[in-house]
Amino acid sequence: MTGTREATRPAEHRSAVRSLLRLWPYVRPVHRRLAAAALVTVAASCLSLVIPLALKWTVDGPIARREPSGVWLGGLMLLLVGSAEAGLFGLRRVLVARPLARVEADMRAALYAHLQRLPVSFHDRWPSGQLLSRGTTDLMLVRIFLAFPLTFLLVNGATIVVGFTILLMQEWRLGLVLLAPVVPLVALCWFFEERYARAARTAQDRIGDLTTVIEESVLGIRIVKGFGRHPALQRAFGTLAEGLRGIELHKAALLGALWALIMILPELAVGTALVLGTLQVADGQLSTGTLVAFLSTALALRWPVESIGFLLALTNETATAADRYFEVMDTAPPAAREPRIRRPRCAPCRGDGGLRLEGVEFRYPDAPPGTPPVLRGVDLHIRRGETMALVGTTGSGKTTLVSLIPRLHEATAGRITLDGTDVTAVPRSRLRQWVAVAFEEPTLFSASAGENVLMGADDAGEEDLDRALAVAQAGFVHDLPEGHRTQVGEQGLSLSGGQRQRLALARAVVGSPRFLVLDDPLSALDVHTEALVENALREVLADTTALVVAHRPSTVLLADRVALLSQGRITAVGTHYELLHGNREYASLMSGPKGTP
Amino acid sequence: MTNSPAGEVPRDASRALLRSLLAPARARVRTAALLLLLQQAAVQAGPLLVAYAIDHAVPAVIRHDHGPLMAVAAGYGLCAVASGLLQLVFVRLSARIGQDALLELRGRLYRHAQSLSVDFHERYTSGRLIARATTDVESIRELLNDGLQELMGVALSVLYVSAMLLYLDPGIGAAALLSFAPLSVLVRSYRRRSAVVYRMRSSAMAAVIVKFTETMNGIRPVQAFRREAANEAHFAVLNERHLEGNARLLLEMARYVVSSRLVANAVLATIVVWGACRVAAGELGLGVLAAAVLYLRRLYDPIDRLGSFLNSWQSAAASLEKIAELLARRPSVPEPAEPVPLPARAAGSPGREVVFEGVRFAYRAGVEVLPRLDLTLRAGETVAVVGSTGAGKSTLAKLLARFYDPTEGRVLLDGVPLSALSGRELRRGVVMVTQESFLFSGTVADNIAIGRPGATRQEIERAARAIGAHDFITALPDGYDTDVRKRGGRISAGQRQLVGFARALLADPAVLILDEATSSLDIPGERAVQRAMATVLHGRTAVVIAHRLSTVEIADRVLVMDGGRIVEDGTPSELVAGAGRFADLHKAWRESLV
Repeated sequence: MTGTREATRPAEHRSAVRSLLRLWPYVRPVHRRLAAAALVTVAASCLSLVIPLALKWTVDGPIARREPSGVWLGGLMLLLVGSAEAGLFGLRRVLVARPLARVEADMRAALYAHLQRLPVSFHDRWPSGQLLSRGTTDLMLVRIFLAFPLTFLLVNGATIVVGFTILLMQEWRLGLVLLAPVVPLVALCWFFEERYARAARTAQDRIGDLTTVIEESVLGIRIVKGFGRHPALQRAFGTLAEGLRGIELHKAALLGALWALIMILPELAVGTALVLGTLQVADGQLSTGTLVAFLSTALALRWPVESIGFLLALTNETATAADRYFEVMDTAPPAAREPRIRRPRCAPCRGDGGLRLEGVEFRYPDAPPGTPPVLRGVDLHIRRGETMALVGTTGSGKTTLVSLIPRLHEATAGRITLDGTDVTAVPRSRLRQWVAVAFEEPTLFSASAGENVLMGADDAGEEDLDRALAVAQAGFVHDLPEGHRTQVGEQGLSLSGGQRQRLALARAVVGSPRFLVLDDPLSALDVHTEALVENALREVLADTTALVVAHRPSTVLLADRVALLSQGRITAVGTHYELLHGNREYASLMSGPKGTP
Repeated sequence: MTNSPAGEVPRDASRALLRSLLAPARARVRTAALLLLLQQAAVQAGPLLVAYAIDHAVPAVIRHDHGPLMAVAAGYGLCAVASGLLQLVFVRLSARIGQDALLELRGRLYRHAQSLSVDFHERYTSGRLIARATTDVESIRELLNDGLQELMGVALSVLYVSAMLLYLDPGIGAAALLSFAPLSVLVRSYRRRSAVVYRMRSSAMAAVIVKFTETMNGIRPVQAFRREAANEAHFAVLNERHLEGNARLLLEMARYVVSSRLVANAVLATIVVWGACRVAAGELGLGVLAAAVLYLRRLYDPIDRLGSFLNSWQSAAASLEKIAELLARRPSVPEPAEPVPLPARAAGSPGREVVFEGVRFAYRAGVEVLPRLDLTLRAGETVAVVGSTGAGKSTLAKLLARFYDPTEGRVLLDGVPLSALSGRELRRGVVMVTQESFLFSGTVADNIAIGRPGATRQEIERAARAIGAHDFITALPDGYDTDVRKRGGRISAGQRQLVGFARALLADPAVLILDEATSSLDIPGERAVQRAMATVLHGRTAVVIAHRLSTVEIADRVLVMDGGRIVEDGTPSELVAGAGRFADLHKAWRESLV
């Protein structure tokens, strides 16, 4: 039971720098602050260099000359420079504190907003654990990278360049000796970088898979409980967690090897320089002082050079995180209104009321080529104010068909018009204002019961709420601990399936929508409640154009006419009794073939 | 109600948890410390070798004696290689320590979450649980990754430099050690202040995750009801709180760095002045002062590193605390300490007898759902439970499946209380199929096999065939091997219920509970299930909760519930013939069919 990593395969031949540059739009609003902070860092580093000089001056000058006043002056100077250094170190952090947190928050908000607008088919393909890990751990990496590694990569890089310039100026032959390992180091870094990047990507994807397994085991807890702790799930979790450990160890081995090389090669060069320098001093070609100065500069460069190893690793991981982030961000949201190639042949349809589907086809975007489309040419007309029941066998595509109307999925061919307006010709938000939906699986959000219902309409008040609750027979809401202000949903009171279904139904009818789509809205209700809801619904449906997916005769009877969906087409339309007597498939769907096994 | 007690969390729960995670690696931690010590020695040898080369090798070379130079070259090369290799081994070893601890932590969290009762899950929310297992584990990973090296590095360098200072001049050394008093006050204050912020940030992150998962899991209604803008506004508030936490942490860090640097530099200046006075008085050599001053400066170098260690420690501590709190929760439906085995089934009877003995139940204290229930279900009986929503049917089912324990009284299976059965025995005895039919990632076959891990493909197919799911499954792109997640949204609710049924058939329990398990099936589907049930349930004890009375037709006995009590009890024909509630319901249902 591994997750679907297929959707998240890394693109080959990526460049870390290019990935990181893509962060620029988010960094741009704070780039001045970052630059200022970098300058302050440089200034602080310089001051840190001044302190030893101040010490030297105090020791060599006043102390050596035993001048008490000079000593006090030296002490004061040290204190001043020290305070300035401390202040600058602090200033650097104060400067970046909010902006960096802002970059992370902005990126997360952008991801969230983008994901909300991606079509349902995208969410079908991507486990939400993978999306979540992009919005959390990956973005944390980005913030950490901007806070430290980026600055130090620049500062240490600059230090190395300046250091080597000084070395070459001091003694160019020894300097060249020190430069010798640069070429193999760069080659080795490149070699390891590539491997490390791949391992980092795998590790991050694994974390996403692990998140998915954890999420599922929590969401499916009742099944896990109902069947006992499931060894296969635990094995899946164990395998993933152990796999992650393996990759992390592999990463550590790569990093350790890189680090070792970065330590050994330059040190060997310094050792060689030491030997050569000693010989030169012995020959009198070089002064002892110069050799000492040269070597202390070389040793001072040790930390900046060594730090490059893990700084590169962090940079790489951030680049991977950025890749993963943009993988999702690059998925284009559907355009608000698509200019259809097949423009409406408008003469007959203008002023044509109701809901009309013409030659509607649908195929899932990720369906393997060659498989037939789910819907292949659906023609259906629901007159204005009419209620149509949609009937078909389990899995015949009823839910898919109704999800095309508010454009949760996009029809791949054909057209759907609402009172003569093509659904693709209006912005989605307006379309969804016209069409209200109650889903088969009623989802409540973490909000009060009342808010959950009222989110179905833009400007509905208390009265509408009461009316909608009455229609859906959801009077139980008034008996909840805090009435309709009781928190429900994941973080609130847990309601039964029937209760949730009635709230979802109330949500669909609260705004008195022009078009109502109900997907098997009464499946979890008992017969008694179902009858009450049906009676109340009849009044609502009287002047609403509605499409109701139905499994049972009782629900079908809500409708004026029935459409039978079979093999991706509407094969029959008529009243319940007409079809019951004239259509064998319908008859068997509504009563079951009696006697046959 | 037996509410999951928010476990008692002792004050240093975070440290205790970390200790228990690292306990198995104690030997490795010691080896790692030793490696780091050796590695530092190899690194520190460099400057000494330089000094030796200049002081001894140069004169020797002038004397045409290349021996000392060769020794320096060999020594330097050796140190270089040793420090690199030791680093390599250390990195690998510490990764091993950290990853083993993480693996253990992840496993513990996962197993624990699975062992906690359903009521815990209903309260704790999946988002928060996911936050514990992801971002909180991540912050512990950061501590384990670099923490050890940081902490040891700081300790070694402070020890080494302090020793040198004390050796150079006990007075200056003592003064330097005294300066640790104000510094430790600063460290403590930073820890105290940042702990508050870290805790707040960890909660803020969990809130962000809760909102995120809720939105992505409910994307259809989100889009259909145009919740995008409102969601964004709400998300922005949560995101802003997390941002605030992050920003305040950086500011706390700034405060610590500034104040500790100020103290360090003030101490430095003071010692220089004091040292100078002593030099003037002839109590101290100038060279000693110069060396001491240089070392002093290095003494305070690790302040920043200590800060970054404290950072990852605090972040991890906040997470450890929250995880420890989670791990401290005990399941309200605990496994028995000494499980009792079920007696062997009577020959030829796959069913078992169920007895509810004086059972009372309330989800919340004071709101009793089942007032007092005494009920015996004979072995092999198929019992239908009907009644309006809220009559207590599902509660009855949940008690029988031991999702909850009764507030009072017992539920017995062949005379053994459910609470005395081991988890495995319980699930061989009782299995419940609900109307929510969640599918896990994996293939259709995997999902059915949840019923009986290790079932063969034939057994899986037989179960699917029996329930009428075989046809739709073989019509899927890869048949039984179709990955449900890739087309997860495309297996309809009715088909999912069929998969749930096949799962239950495969489980082959003595007692089968069906709670609204056919609500999304169409009529032919439901009939197929009923036909299968008629044979499958034969001899088995079954409790069927259904709104559709068609299901009741296969029952031997019907219970009508109202307000948590059983108001009618008899065979279907008896009740239909009577004048009770069931007769009314049955009439209404017959009418609804046409």
